[in-house]
Amino acid sequence: MFDWISDNRALIALIVIIALAVSFVFSIFVGVKQTRLRAKDEVFGDPERTKGGWYWALCGVSALLLIWFYYSWGTARAVFPTAANELCQVAKVKEAMSPITAALPVESRYLKSTTLVVRNAAQVDKLAVSMPTQVFSAREQAKITLAVAQIKDLLAMLSNPQLSDPGAASALLAVEMDLQNIAARLKSDYAELQPQEEALEQPKWGTSEVEIPILPITSRGVLIDSVTPDMQEIAKAFLKVRNISPQAKELIAETKAILADLKTPDPLMQLNEAGEGARNAYVKAVDRIFKRLDDGTIFPATSMDGVQKAVDEVFVSLTDAKGSLGIVESLFFPGDGVVKSRTQCTEQGSGRWLPKPTDVIATFSTLANPDLESGGGYKGTTLLWWKWLPIADVIAFLIPDGLVDMLPGSYGTHGDSGEFKPNYKDRLLAVAQGDVNLGSVPMLDGHIWDSLFRVLVAMGFGILVGVPLGIYMGVSRFFKSFFDPMIELYRPVPPLAWAPLILTIFGIQDDGKIFLLFMVAFAIMVISARTGASGTQLSKIRASHSLGATNGQILRHVILPNAMPEILTGVRIAIGVCWGTLVAAEMLAGTTGIGFIENVARTVSDYELIWVTILIMGLLGLFFDLVMRWAIAKIIPWRGKG
Amino acid sequence: MQNTTTHDKARDAGLVCQLQEYKRGKMSDLYCKDLCMTFADPMSGSKVEALKDIQFNLKEGEILTVLGPSGCGKTTLLNMIAGFITPTSGTLSLGGVDIQAPGAERGMVFQQGALFEWLTVARNVDFGLRMKGMSEEESIELVNFWLDTVGLQGFGETPTYQLSGGMQQRVALARCLVNDPDLILMDEPLGALDALTREKMQSLILELWKKTGKTIIVITHSVEEALLLGERLFVMAPRPGRIHREYNLPFAEMGLKRSLREIKQEKEFSTIREEILTMIWDMEEEIMGGV
Repeated sequence: MFDWISDNRALIALIVIIALAVSFVFSIFVGVKQTRLRAKDEVFGDPERTKGGWYWALCGVSALLLIWFYYSWGTARAVFPTAANELCQVAKVKEAMSPITAALPVESRYLKSTTLVVRNAAQVDKLAVSMPTQVFSAREQAKITLAVAQIKDLLAMLSNPQLSDPGAASALLAVEMDLQNIAARLKSDYAELQPQEEALEQPKWGTSEVEIPILPITSRGVLIDSVTPDMQEIAKAFLKVRNISPQAKELIAETKAILADLKTPDPLMQLNEAGEGARNAYVKAVDRIFKRLDDGTIFPATSMDGVQKAVDEVFVSLTDAKGSLGIVESLFFPGDGVVKSRTQCTEQGSGRWLPKPTDVIATFSTLANPDLESGGGYKGTTLLWWKWLPIADVIAFLIPDGLVDMLPGSYGTHGDSGEFKPNYKDRLLAVAQGDVNLGSVPMLDGHIWDSLFRVLVAMGFGILVGVPLGIYMGVSRFFKSFFDPMIELYRPVPPLAWAPLILTIFGIQDDGKIFLLFMVAFAIMVISARTGASGTQLSKIRASHSLGATNGQILRHVILPNAMPEILTGVRIAIGVCWGTLVAAEMLAGTTGIGFIENVARTVSDYELIWVTILIMGLLGLFFDLVMRWAIAKIIPWRGKG
Repeated sequence: MQNTTTHDKARDAGLVCQLQEYKRGKMSDLYCKDLCMTFADPMSGSKVEALKDIQFNLKEGEILTVLGPSGCGKTTLLNMIAGFITPTSGTLSLGGVDIQAPGAERGMVFQQGALFEWLTVARNVDFGLRMKGMSEEESIELVNFWLDTVGLQGFGETPTYQLSGGMQQRVALARCLVNDPDLILMDEPLGALDALTREKMQSLILELWKKTGKTIIVITHSVEEALLLGERLFVMAPRPGRIHREYNLPFAEMGLKRSLREIKQEKEFSTIREEILTMIWDMEEEIMGGV
């Protein structure tokens, strides 16, 4: 089933998109109609009739999901399954051409040569002014001044079309011709071209390993792809072009000699360590600028005109070859983000970090697959499944070994012939350590259950300890004054600030996290139970007294039920806070749990997995809250009506 | 057929009650002698004499209403009789036993009912019995009998928050009566009800008084109500709180036979009403003038 979902995700997405669009339009229609009918009811009319606002909920959800599908290219994937592959071919051409376009004002504002000239000239000027004269002898200073002047000369010489290398000009002309040739080839008819078998066997767009298949699977793709190898050759040739005329070569040699000479300090100068450091740093800075210029990558501005024109032609031809694909790209690929990256094309740009709906489903189905052997689950644990839990383990968890140590008597010793007869204390220790066979019970298992378990156990302890204490604090001045400072001292500290301390003390296993969550739940439960208990009306307590109830009975039968609304609200808040704290604590340390999955996913930048964990957490939080709302409605129907 | 059975059961339960009454065999009169209550403000040290030298006896089966301007100590007096607060000096005893703490022999009905909204009507009514350790099965007959008596047949399983104000007070009455107290204290029991419901409830209180023969003390703000319900009537005066004037009235006895509205038309009724209204009016004037 999980494979089937994976394979047909585009179809599933298409159905979902259509359903969403239909329900969006439908809910707007119904909503507007109902709003007109009920305009007055919202404030003054029958509150029962204002309850039904499901159409607006549907409208909002559909809008959100449709935007999601749009920005994560879900629509494109479902309706134009080959578009990304074709755009990948375009991306390949563009990548092959990138050494050429990098030299031109295509993706930048200036020619690369212009940038180089301006930046280096500015740096040379700055260096000339800031020369540390005290560390150089007069002769050295003269040399430096000469070198700087020569560097400026070199910049001027390289920028001058009259003094440029004739060999470079002809090489650039060859590049220009080749590019024009490619532009012409892109215009040819591609209907006859057939994709290779190998290309058709590639995994489809959007399986987890391959984002967008790289080999062309359409005729148009084959045509665009066919120019890529030639483009790579042209780019190679372009990179080899150097603008070094004989005059420039001479000047470079001279400057090089001066700079080499400057490397060893003048023996007449007495330099301390700091002076020597400053001297070497300065000479090195001049040398560094020079080395940027001596490889002849600066060309006169006009020499690039031809190449620029040819590149423009290639772009025009590419746009022509794309044809209708261009419309699809501008409409359904927001972000302009198909780029080639190593052996495949990937989705970049604004849509990159969004969860792709279909991939989210695929990632989730892999996670949810309980069969660990076939690659399901995550890091050796299922998402949510069941297993046999030995009862002995539960008992070992509940009984600390120390309890057995405290019993009278001592543990057994080995006998004269080396045999060991366990006494009662040894046997009890075996039980406390889980070394007995008591059978097994079926138990939930998996990352979700581990997280749930921690929250539920912590909540259980929090309620068991917090509610009675809170109620006593609500009715007794002693309890309130004695415990209030303790709780108020630790409660304001953010739970996560306690986490490093508690995880260090208890270790990264369950007990540390449970204790941390217990601290959170306990404080909230105490405060809510206290508020509820102290809010009991005096007349109710007096009425119970004159009905013959004792103090204990009043506590149990009047004050506790009276505090129930606050207690349950406390539980609702505590579960939410615990859940938030737990996920963060699992990110700090641990080997299972939802937070753990997300943290590992973060380290490998697995966007889909991160989103899946976020969605699971959101849904579980929502589930908790719905359960609590239901419980509140069931347990305290009188709330707000007393 | 079924109706008859219920009715029989109810009658039997009533008999049981009367039998209990009979068996007790002792007069439970209320004695109140030299009762003083002084509230001290711990911050300023100033003292307020809420009640001073209150002295009266109430025989078993009498119904007493207490009137007075705000702050004359009516509720303080009632709270002391209930045992919620301890008097500064003086003696207070019911049936020869000193009142030290709240107890089931002195039932209390509050202005707002003070019902337990998390329980159903029946569980509210049998609250006192359950606290004594009686099981629901044992108390069910008594509960049904008293629910019938206050006019709430079939409301046993209704949550109290679904009841109207008048019905809530009926539950409060039943809850108090099922405990079989010697003395019933009512602190402005009908204060929060509308005029019509109030009149019905006044009849109900008189009816219950007649039926059960309980001693009842009713505190009220309404002069008419005090006249209609009270066999005896105290008008209290403030600063210090004291009994200003006592009346013995025939209207409660009349109210058992005739409609309350008719009684209100009586010449005698309106004369006493005007007299008391003037009295209280003057007291209020005095307080306002004094400030």
